[in-house]
Amino acid sequence: MVRRASALALLILAAASLSAQSVIPNNPGKKPAVAIRNATIHPVTSAPIPNGTIVFSGGVITAVGANVAVPEHATVIDGTGLSVYPGLIDSGTTLGLTEIDSVPGTVDIAEIGDLNPNAMAAVAINPHSNLIPVSRINGVTAAITAPQGGLISGQDALIQLAGWTPQEMVVKAPVGMHINFPRVRSAPFGDQPQDEEAEKEARKSYRNEIEKLREILRDAQAYAKAAAARERDRSVRRFDRDLLLEALVPVVEGRLPVIMHANLERDIRAAIKFADEMKLKMILSGGQDVAKVIPELESRNIPVILGPILALPPREDDPYDLLFTNAKVLHDNGIRFAIQSANSHDVRNLPYHAAACAAFGLPKDVALKAITIFPAEIFGVADKMGSLEPGKMANVIVTDGDPLEIRTTVRRVYIAGEEIPMDSHQTLLYEKFRQRP
Amino acid sequence: MKNVKWILFLLLAALSAHAQSVTAIRNATILTITKGTIDRGTIVIRDGKIAAVGAEGSVTVPAGATVIDATGKYVMPGIIDTHSHTAVEGSVNEISLPNSGMVRISDALDPYDISVYRQLAGGTTAALVLHGSANAIGGQSQILKWKWGRPLPDWFIPDAPRTIKFALGENPKSANFRPPPGVERQYPATRMGVEEVIRKSFVDARDYLARWEEYESRRKRGENPVPPRRDLLMETMADILRGRIDVHAHCYRSDEIMMLIRLAEEQGFRIREFQHVLEGYKVAREIAAAGIGAGTFIDWWGYKAEAYDAIPHNVALMEKNGVLTSVNSDSDELARHLNQDAAKAMKYGGLTEEEALRTCTINPARQLRLDHRLGSIEVGKDADLAIWNGHPLSTYSRVETTLIEGEVYFDRARDLEARQRLATEKRELLKKEEEQQAKEKKGAKEEKKNG
Repeated sequence: MVRRASALALLILAAASLSAQSVIPNNPGKKPAVAIRNATIHPVTSAPIPNGTIVFSGGVITAVGANVAVPEHATVIDGTGLSVYPGLIDSGTTLGLTEIDSVPGTVDIAEIGDLNPNAMAAVAINPHSNLIPVSRINGVTAAITAPQGGLISGQDALIQLAGWTPQEMVVKAPVGMHINFPRVRSAPFGDQPQDEEAEKEARKSYRNEIEKLREILRDAQAYAKAAAARERDRSVRRFDRDLLLEALVPVVEGRLPVIMHANLERDIRAAIKFADEMKLKMILSGGQDVAKVIPELESRNIPVILGPILALPPREDDPYDLLFTNAKVLHDNGIRFAIQSANSHDVRNLPYHAAACAAFGLPKDVALKAITIFPAEIFGVADKMGSLEPGKMANVIVTDGDPLEIRTTVRRVYIAGEEIPMDSHQTLLYEKFRQRP
Repeated sequence: MKNVKWILFLLLAALSAHAQSVTAIRNATILTITKGTIDRGTIVIRDGKIAAVGAEGSVTVPAGATVIDATGKYVMPGIIDTHSHTAVEGSVNEISLPNSGMVRISDALDPYDISVYRQLAGGTTAALVLHGSANAIGGQSQILKWKWGRPLPDWFIPDAPRTIKFALGENPKSANFRPPPGVERQYPATRMGVEEVIRKSFVDARDYLARWEEYESRRKRGENPVPPRRDLLMETMADILRGRIDVHAHCYRSDEIMMLIRLAEEQGFRIREFQHVLEGYKVAREIAAAGIGAGTFIDWWGYKAEAYDAIPHNVALMEKNGVLTSVNSDSDELARHLNQDAAKAMKYGGLTEEEALRTCTINPARQLRLDHRLGSIEVGKDADLAIWNGHPLSTYSRVETTLIEGEVYFDRARDLEARQRLATEKRELLKKEEEQQAKEKKGAKEEKKNG
């Protein structure tokens, strides 16, 4: 029995054409075998291995350990005095979507309007953006790149920071639907209390925004139901496709997480309540007030993408270290989390956002996990990246020390087994002007 | 009467006790900046000044001194930020004129800005609070110490030079700003116009001075001339020419940097420090030859066209070419961890640890012409210090205590201890307010009923 593709199946196909990228781009067969020996290997998911060896071939890690046979044809790199870590993963960026923030022609971050569930970051990534080499030569090898703006900003993509085409860069897309949860807009002058009229107005528009979200998600539920009905029974009347609603079907069916951006306690609570009501699979992003909603996050097993960490607390009377201590609170309570730079041009500072948490009580090894294995787990790609284990993509960085320390230099970067040139727009300018006659 | 005398006596006694207060920081790793590192050392502070510094045992701690045990900790001078807009009430831009040099940031300071405290918690103790960059010549700026909790007049440093902000490039030409409909764009709109505004301001200032000279000489000759009309903007420009106001010039591209160097030479004014100076590395030699300092940040780039060639190696390249270079913030956030920008100057371009530390201490002190009192741990200098729980160039370190002139302005233990108390106090105050409001509401209702 041959079934004709329904609208829904088409949708799944469309999504699959993005998500089913080969993990290893650029003809894996031609990727040479590499062995790094005599280095301290930090698999992240297990204890560091002093004087260890890591071997990768065809873009995939094949062996990690103290006593590992090196294949005959492998390029051998002496790692004496060096450390090997998995490539770092930034859980929130706009990489590939912006070049010069003040020049609109180079910026593809936010679509017009409030509801853009069909806007896909993966579509607009410029693989030749100068921001990408700047980020990766400090050890960041993968990143979530996310549309911003409006209420439903669009679909986030998980990209590796190397590739000749956007398709080669995309590891998984979509990884989530990006939603800026509505908030009561505060007075124009920050902390000043607003007058009653303005407050009323702000509350009204807040309720309208939530209603807007609810309405489109309910429509998507109905759409999914109709599509499923027609899928089962071709006698159900045909209806025109609606790309906005189609994009939301995996969301309302709980297959695609919503990355819900909210920071203040009130807004996080409202977002959780909303996710409960609409049965959404929620990932909290931002989360400046997470310490106040621990039981709610815990009972629902909601993971948190914290960050930026190097940012100012939201209120005047917050503890000065509020954003530095959140990660420790989450860790102490067993809540899954990852750390984002929430940046574009300065994604390279991701490890220092994590270090700031460690300076204020988070164990150092957990800080490292928050930018390696934790995001891989949260975004469902722990089988592909986030640690140095056989079978994973060879996203490998070689350093002369702890990558969370600024004074550490990243010596080599491999993405999917391919050695990345350690240069960028910036290093080229540096070399050029260093040699100015 | 007797009572009053007693009170006076006690007051004086208290004052002199305060004046003679002695504090000692012991067993610390001391990063003196100018005289190397002391592994286990003592700093003695008397009357807010550093009275002695040396290896543990080589320095006598006076009896009765307040002792801070800093075993396992690091002491460095307070960080100095030469580009701040912290504690400015409202807008930092008097945006309405191409040259607003007559206005002063010191007239619009807010000592209750919480960012001041947060910066103390990052070891920053002094800053140059600048006017914005909306105009070619902005307002007069102000050097301050972050004496959180003290009345504002205490924040001023008595011998600090007067300063003014100049700005070149996209901001003063309003490249990224469009006035609302119906409002015309303001001159200048090009880098040509920016240069012209500055040139004309100095030309006008010379004419202004000439008018006054003419007036004075006629008066001396016994004539009775009408005095010229006083012009506060022209007085400011004249004071720049006289070397009484230091110029801190916001700039990005190398061509505009060269423009201002040439213009300063032509018009006879001195530029003390280029601010941002993101393409400074392209003309580092020329900046060094002109004897101009540079205050920049490591990371930010690409936020506008003129920042696209910004590189993190800028600090190191300028420093190695002989430019007096500092890292500064232009941000309430970055101002809390300028030590990390110093560390990045090692990572990018390979400054030594000592050179890196100087970029947030003695170098900015020299740029502000306050190195006789700030920027290093030396006898006779102000005891503006930060005590860290680890090496300040490590990302894992944090500030434990910050002192200005020997007084503690931030202390992490005290901060933690106060949190519970402050939270309770806030709750109680809010409750009181609620009760008050409820009472008023009830009163109004009853009045309505009765009326």
